[in-house]
Amino acid sequence: MDLFGLIQLILFITILVALTKPVGLYLVRVLDAEGRTFLDPVLRPVERLFYRLFGINPGKEQDWKGYTVSMLCFSLVGLLFTYAILRLQHLLPLNPQGFKSVNADLAFNTAASFTTNTNWQNYGGESTLSYFSQMVGLTLHNFASAAVGIGVAAALVRGIAGNSAKTIGNFWADLVRINLYLLVPISFVFALFLVSQGMIQNFKGYEKTALVEPAPAETPMKDAAGEEVRDEKGNTVMETKEVKTQIIPQGPVASQAAIKTLGTNGGGFFNANAAHPYENPTPLSNFLQILSIFLIPSGLTYYLGRMVKKQQHGWAVWSAMAILFLVTLLVCWWAESAGNPRLHALGVDSTSGNMEGKEVRFGIFNSALFATVTTAASCGAVNAMHDSFTPLGGLMLLFNIQLGEVVFGGVGSGLYGMLIFVILAVFLTGLMVGRTPEYLGKKIDSYDVKVSVLALLISIFSILGFSAWAIVSKWGLAGLNNSGPHGLSEMLYAYSSATGNNGSAFAGLTGNTAWYNITLGLAMLLGRFLVIVPVMALAGNLSGKRMVPSSAGSFPAWGPIFTLVLVGTVLIIGALTFLPALALGPIVEYFLMMKSGLLY
Amino acid sequence: MKNLFTELRVALIATIVLALLVCGIYPAMVWVVAQGLFPTEAKGSLIMRGGKITGSDLIGQGFIDSKYFHPRPSAAGSGYDATSSGGTNLGPTSKRLVDTIKQRVFAYRSENGLAPDILVPADAVTASASGLDPHISLKNAYLQAPRVAKARELSEKTVLREVAIATESRDLGILGEARVNVLKLNIALDGILR
Repeated sequence: MDLFGLIQLILFITILVALTKPVGLYLVRVLDAEGRTFLDPVLRPVERLFYRLFGINPGKEQDWKGYTVSMLCFSLVGLLFTYAILRLQHLLPLNPQGFKSVNADLAFNTAASFTTNTNWQNYGGESTLSYFSQMVGLTLHNFASAAVGIGVAAALVRGIAGNSAKTIGNFWADLVRINLYLLVPISFVFALFLVSQGMIQNFKGYEKTALVEPAPAETPMKDAAGEEVRDEKGNTVMETKEVKTQIIPQGPVASQAAIKTLGTNGGGFFNANAAHPYENPTPLSNFLQILSIFLIPSGLTYYLGRMVKKQQHGWAVWSAMAILFLVTLLVCWWAESAGNPRLHALGVDSTSGNMEGKEVRFGIFNSALFATVTTAASCGAVNAMHDSFTPLGGLMLLFNIQLGEVVFGGVGSGLYGMLIFVILAVFLTGLMVGRTPEYLGKKIDSYDVKVSVLALLISIFSILGFSAWAIVSKWGLAGLNNSGPHGLSEMLYAYSSATGNNGSAFAGLTGNTAWYNITLGLAMLLGRFLVIVPVMALAGNLSGKRMVPSSAGSFPAWGPIFTLVLVGTVLIIGALTFLPALALGPIVEYFLMMKSGLLY
Repeated sequence: MKNLFTELRVALIATIVLALLVCGIYPAMVWVVAQGLFPTEAKGSLIMRGGKITGSDLIGQGFIDSKYFHPRPSAAGSGYDATSSGGTNLGPTSKRLVDTIKQRVFAYRSENGLAPDILVPADAVTASASGLDPHISLKNAYLQAPRVAKARELSEKTVLREVAIATESRDLGILGEARVNVLKLNIALDGILR
């Protein structure tokens, strides 16, 4: 932990705070079907054209069931669309490397992954997918799933703000407006900035370069057909060859990377994601990518405050998120700076921190910051390999995901996830003081609490259930890259990330097997849609309620006490649920690293 | 049921229309403007030498000879294989990790003629996240400089001057870390010989 890290942290928080209000105000306009923006002269005609093509009336609001059905239909079509593209990749254009059709289970996993805003990478971008698959099959969802998340959050906020209202907005209007006025324009400008930093944007084939120093290297032996030769045990046969060239993949990276972070998607163009120099060339591109992850989630808290006509409530929710964020960041940063004592004992300089799986241009602080932000926010892009983080650093990342990614969270999903906790916090305080719980002038009834708890329970069952299944299965253990407690962490992280729609990984895990592809794909779908449906039911139930004027006995949903109660609710539910599993993974690994000589 | 059918039809149209916008028009516009404004960067910041592409400013290459500065260990394929970027993903209590680093520390000290009590910079013996990290830390470069100077029969001062030229400072004076671009440095050193 050094002074430069601290300065960068203060800079980051300051810019985030400064952007929250303008982004929030802009969101108010975008999420209002009648709202006006400065882009209207150019985009209004396009918007009208879209509605005409869709054949819908944007002014006709839907009730929560109508909104949910539209959203589910759209997601289902998108899922099938991407699945078809991946399976037919070899027949489609823009495939200069001639990649084959993606096999069925990997195509299912990838389609589910992108439809649910997870972007888990069981595929290796540069070695499996054509430019067309990346640009159409995947990038479509980077925009679409982000818009779905924001739309659902907006529907919930409208439900909270409505007074005896039957409707909560029009899904198709939200989808179109969020893309046209918010995601596409910001991505366009951001992508160009990223190119200026060195990110590539082209459609040429992979470049073959002559190495400055040709050198011998161990490479997999290939037969005449270009397939890797394997011995009788199934291991790849290696041969020593003089390597004279380096093949450098190219492609339309910038247009995909811009929306990848802005829409908290996280699916990388390259296998190494935002650690790859082409996908994150400079510390400046890195800083702005991190900022863009939190941009919309942070602005949505301001949108919440504005819509419920209680700006303090928006800031109270923002503060609860910021507190949780700072705690996990500081612990992670400290743990990564302290490094690995096992390596220090070998003569590695302890002042340089844990550099395994990190890039020199980012160093310790920017790797810890990126990792904390990406896990807090359901993004899942990585600029360092989380698998190689120290036990406590990795614990913070895992815990962030398991809290439900409500610390700013994914675009939209962070806000609606946090509002579930708000309902529970209000309910708990109501129980404590013995009054009917009330939230911003609305009585919270048992239906609200039931659907809120349901949304939480589904994630918990998915994470712990699938992890437990993998741990006791041959297929589960076969995928591990590390054994001992770290192996448990790899599996736990995988299902937490899939269920939470995060997409980052303890990437040593070989997830590209039929079992993992299917179970992880299912976890993603459960964690996305079985959470959204109760959230929409909550929105519907709240919208129909009558506002009652607040009395002296009402518990205010703002101020420091509310913020602390909210932080406490999130922590207690998260910790009670996952501490036993975490104790056997990263926590025991920490003590093994510090106090024993054991290695795995 | 009829309602559901209508919804699915709208969903299909919406998917196609949206795909045209965000997967067609949007990336194409970024491509056109980027090729116009930042052609070198958009094409991969490639380095030309003698009419041939010899690498990219941003993508690291492996070096073994003692007259070259050595990059970080790489887990990408057989080392700096840009078609399979990635890290080792080994955890902190991995035996494989500790054994490998033990060997690397020994090798680093012996090739650079360092005393056994000299601490080795972490970036010199750990694999990067991408396996293509083009940079090393300043400390790492300074420790390698005497070896490179000796192998090239240059003065240490000359080599350190080249290191200073290849050094990139923190962005805007604040962001990230100061670092040395190994490929650029080695190409510059080759230039002196000729």
